[in-house]
Amino acid sequence: MTAVAENPTTSASGSRGELPPAPEGSIAVTVKLHRFNPEVDSEPRWESFDIHALPTDRVLNLLHTIKWYVDGTLTFRRSCAHGVCGSDAMRINGVNRLACKVLVKDLLASKGKHTTITIEPIKGLPVNKDLLVNMDPFLDAFKAVKPFLITYGNEPTQERIQSAADRERFDDTTKCILCACCTTSCPVFWTEGTYFGPAAIVNAHRFIFDSRDEGAEERLDILNDVDGVWRCRTTFNCTDACPRGIQVTKAIQEVKRALLFRR
Amino acid sequence: MASSTTAASAVASGGKLYRGDLGMWSWVAHRITGVATFFFLFAHVLDTALVRVSPNIYDETIATYKNPLVNLMEIGLVGAVLYHALNGIRVMLVDFWSKGPKYQRVMLWATLAIWFAVMVPGAYFMILRTAKTLLGGGH
Repeated sequence: MTAVAENPTTSASGSRGELPPAPEGSIAVTVKLHRFNPEVDSEPRWESFDIHALPTDRVLNLLHTIKWYVDGTLTFRRSCAHGVCGSDAMRINGVNRLACKVLVKDLLASKGKHTTITIEPIKGLPVNKDLLVNMDPFLDAFKAVKPFLITYGNEPTQERIQSAADRERFDDTTKCILCACCTTSCPVFWTEGTYFGPAAIVNAHRFIFDSRDEGAEERLDILNDVDGVWRCRTTFNCTDACPRGIQVTKAIQEVKRALLFRR
Repeated sequence: MASSTTAASAVASGGKLYRGDLGMWSWVAHRITGVATFFFLFAHVLDTALVRVSPNIYDETIATYKNPLVNLMEIGLVGAVLYHALNGIRVMLVDFWSKGPKYQRVMLWATLAIWFAVMVPGAYFMILRTAKTLLGGGH
């Protein structure tokens, strides 16, 4: 998570002084941010920043430029900045993406037109400030599906052996980094916040189809609830949004089919 | 160059439309055609129930439907039911066929292709009598 504003009284300045000169080969772009400061604003508002960006910059670099040199009060999460930790999920030009994985060159307007990059917080979770949302409802749903190994009986004296084929069965859903891109892209989650959401189902899938795990029945029962997998309307927004390329809708479908045909 | 901070507030504060997958729009269309069809069925049950009350009033009611506007609505109804049925098959395949999620987009294009293939001649024949009445002054 990023640090909060160093000097809230002089909000117009960044924490690292004046903006450095534009690098060679850079392009003027407008970054349009959806901002909200609960201490000042009664409603969220749009704010635009005109900065210079290299085509090889990531969107996260633009946010850093704004925070460090233009407006130090800009608030957003980021940690590793390399698409591993999943902190900087945000809505970039209308779709959920990780800011550290989107390049400016992929957002440039067609020849001769000025580029505007729109950034909003992910949808469906309460906004604390600017691009920073409260992840608690998302993480509560994750915890509710028991995302840990459940076994009964005696502990084996060695490792729990698994064949390559059995490991392959749930390989796709092990890739989740809990960034919330999928859950906050889901129209059902926007209107029904009680829906477990794609991320929780993906993480349940990871254990339901693990040959070493014995808690599949418990998890299937949890997901058979009114707010479980049957809420899924197969819009495929989650599959499109996942920065790890997980076939999210397919995972949800496999849990649905396990509920219908496996028991 | 730098730091010209312009507070642009033209767009609604609730945020912009989510630029979702094609599947999201197919779902939106599915919901709209479903609700529209439901309201038709609601009216249809009521007008058909009239036949038990009085066959004459039923005939008179049905006669009021014979106008160009209702004819257009009928074509809309066929279009809505056809889309809802075809996309419904697609949604079922997405849920129950192991390769469904992989081919969801192909199936959507197939759905739309069949829809157009049926609707173009279908609408032509449905509108034929209205067109003849309006233009040719048939009886």
